[in-house]
Amino acid sequence: MLRLEKRPQPSRLWTYLTPVLAVVLTMLCGGVLFALLGKDPVLAIRTIFWEPLFSEFAFYYRPQLLVKGAPLVLIAIGLSLGFKAGIWNIGAEGQYIIGALCGAGVALAFYPLEAAFIFPLMVLAGGLGGWAWAMIPAILKVRFGTNEILVSLMLVYVAEQLLASMSLGLLKNPQGFGFPGSRNLQQYPSAHNAELLAGTGMHWGVVAALIAVIFAYVLLNRHMLGFHIRLTGDAPRAARFAGVSPTRLVLFCLGVSGALAGLAGLFEVAGPSGVVSIDFNAGYGFTAIIVAFLGRLHPVGILLAGGLMALTYVGGDIAQSKLGLPKAAIQLFQGMLLFFLLAVDLTTNYRIRARRKEAS
Amino acid sequence: MTEILLQIDGLTKAYPGVVANADVSLTIRKGEVHALLGENGAGKSTLVKMIYGLVKPDSGQMMLRGAPYAPAQPRAARAAGVAMVFQHFSLFDALDVAENIALGMETPPPMRSLAQQIRQVSETYGLPLDPYRTVGELSAGERQRVEIIRCLLQSPQLLIMDEPTSVLTPQEVEILFETLRKLTAEGVAILYISHKLEEIRALCDAATILRLGRNVGTCVPAETKARDMAEMMVGSTLHTPERHPRAMGDVLLALDNLSQPSASAFGTSLKNITVSVQAGEILGIGGVAGNGQDELLAVLSGEMQAPAKAVQFLGQPIGQASPQARRQMGLLCAPEERLGHAAAPDMSLTENALLTGAQRQGLASRGFLKWGAARRFAEEIIARFDVRTPGPDVAARALSGGNLQKFVIGREVMQAPKVLVVNQPTWGVDAAAAAAIRQALLDLAAGGAAVLVISQDLDELMEISDRFAALNEGRLSAAKPTAGLSVDEIGLMMGGAHGMEVAHV
Repeated sequence: MLRLEKRPQPSRLWTYLTPVLAVVLTMLCGGVLFALLGKDPVLAIRTIFWEPLFSEFAFYYRPQLLVKGAPLVLIAIGLSLGFKAGIWNIGAEGQYIIGALCGAGVALAFYPLEAAFIFPLMVLAGGLGGWAWAMIPAILKVRFGTNEILVSLMLVYVAEQLLASMSLGLLKNPQGFGFPGSRNLQQYPSAHNAELLAGTGMHWGVVAALIAVIFAYVLLNRHMLGFHIRLTGDAPRAARFAGVSPTRLVLFCLGVSGALAGLAGLFEVAGPSGVVSIDFNAGYGFTAIIVAFLGRLHPVGILLAGGLMALTYVGGDIAQSKLGLPKAAIQLFQGMLLFFLLAVDLTTNYRIRARRKEAS
Repeated sequence: MTEILLQIDGLTKAYPGVVANADVSLTIRKGEVHALLGENGAGKSTLVKMIYGLVKPDSGQMMLRGAPYAPAQPRAARAAGVAMVFQHFSLFDALDVAENIALGMETPPPMRSLAQQIRQVSETYGLPLDPYRTVGELSAGERQRVEIIRCLLQSPQLLIMDEPTSVLTPQEVEILFETLRKLTAEGVAILYISHKLEEIRALCDAATILRLGRNVGTCVPAETKARDMAEMMVGSTLHTPERHPRAMGDVLLALDNLSQPSASAFGTSLKNITVSVQAGEILGIGGVAGNGQDELLAVLSGEMQAPAKAVQFLGQPIGQASPQARRQMGLLCAPEERLGHAAAPDMSLTENALLTGAQRQGLASRGFLKWGAARRFAEEIIARFDVRTPGPDVAARALSGGNLQKFVIGREVMQAPKVLVVNQPTWGVDAAAAAAIRQALLDLAAGGAAVLVISQDLDELMEISDRFAALNEGRLSAAKPTAGLSVDEIGLMMGGAHGMEVAHV
């Protein structure tokens, strides 16, 4: 029999080791899954983790990693602040959509004017849009004590409806021959979030993600507000005693995560995607939750986790097209990653011991 | 001598890393009150848990009425005639007395006959209790009666009581003792766990003293000095805190007709509290737990906002001020609950030093933290208050209760407060640490600070405070000088017997 024994304090070694162990376990079980589907497990794992980085077509895949990774990291950084304090924003997907709508809205309002102020204004609108959408659960929680998990999650579906209505109505391309979707911002130079270095995938969203990582690192490790966030997560009563105002913390954490999700949406709609369309949102807001936990809610960890998750996205796409793996299998594979992470996480606070027979 | 009821021989129980009981032996006779004495962590709880079938011993044996006794679970212990009243009650606030008692029985009789039985037992033993009252409305003393009656309904032969008087006023203690004496007259044996030595001298026929899991001696309490028993418990000579005569100065903190509704449904609302503390004075606030102590501390620390003028610091209204602003002014607090309230369990001692030290120690500038300074502050606390820990990077939860308490009190004392408010400063702390903490509070007052000590330990309050007041159902009695205060007076200030009567024998 195995027995769990609480450690006197969290193990530092295991804090760093668990994500690695989770990835290894995911590879093993994923391999079994792929084998049961009749595919060569080694080849499948190799395709997902190796191909995008080092194959002969890697020059094409590597920029994709940045394009997929940037929104994940940007959103996950915002979420991690709230998660650390026990404030659960599950609706980043909605804030991402609203950020994109607001940013694209600004661009389309000025179309076809060419001016240097348009892109910065779009960035501002995108951030504000996401922030405002996140303020709805924040204010409801602060004012009426509603559960931010439910409210933020439900607002995702509201945002999706809004997105559909916008791409079919207000933001629809007047020269689009009746097809749903907006004008392509990639063809509007003042609004286009173009690659900063051609062929690298490096766009403003990647820069913003890196800045967010540094900002979050400094906030959490060097600033009083970050200390209060961590304190609230560990001991809410002690935080009250120290003088933390829960109201302000809820507004700050939800606000920042909403704004960052909004920015991620804006950079996506102005860059890689280009158009506001019904199926614009690709689930980054939800996947970012996995990224935040996979990165142990630590800014640098999130950066690495975002990269890893982008790898499974890009590699998963390759595996789908090259090996004919079903999409569901790839999603299952990504889900396994979070499952194993949470399961293995136990080892940071507990040690597993073989149970001796109890003397009687 | 009377017949032996329970004979314990060489009981040993080890947990990973600690031996809770090593070769403990004990004999309880019929009709005797046997005291089990020891400091926190001496192994008293483990021993009674083994007797009550909650924990299995590693080795050793027990004999009950001459027959081998090894209860596999509490049910078996109860069947054998062993009952226990826990220190922490397990009662449902929303149910009535009879329902609560029925819940603890294996085969509860119909409600009406159960209520009849409850009445009968409560009258016989002088524990008046209405079976149909909701438990949420009962005082702590009355709740304890529910637990006792629950045990008595099983007609036990051995009744284990864990710190039963910690929730009672002196008058209520007297009544409880009458009940216990009546029980022993009927031949019931009582195993009485306590660290209140005077009580044990008044009540118990024999005492077994445990230290670090071992038997260190037995004695007849009535014939032994309290000080000798204490030294047996601690294993060394006790250091009594020194009091120097102090000059009283200006009023530093004043509460003016403070009324504050409680934040939670079963909390206590504060009602019309008026009191003041002067520089150089220690004001002791006694009272049975749950009479508004937590709420009072919250109003003083700033966790709970009060009308501005109801709380005055150096004449300024601060009822609406934030905890940080109060610290900045010099009003510091140390709450009762160490883990989770006074300190964050998973954070290091450095981080916990920052928790309240940021303002007065200048551990942050424009919001940015000075980790080096925070670490030095934590090291200073550890050094000056003799906190036993490998260093300031250790998580708070890894410290023992007494060490963490020294850290928490030290953290506030080192910040040179003008007014310090502490709730239960020595609760669950070993005697040596408790003496050190009391000495620190006395020194602080001698240095011209005002100290407000909220405690349920009356001996402690009598030892260190200049004036005494008691909280009872959210009201604070007028403060009286401690010198010359009798136990009776104190008891009345705490609410007297709460309408209880002595057993009609």
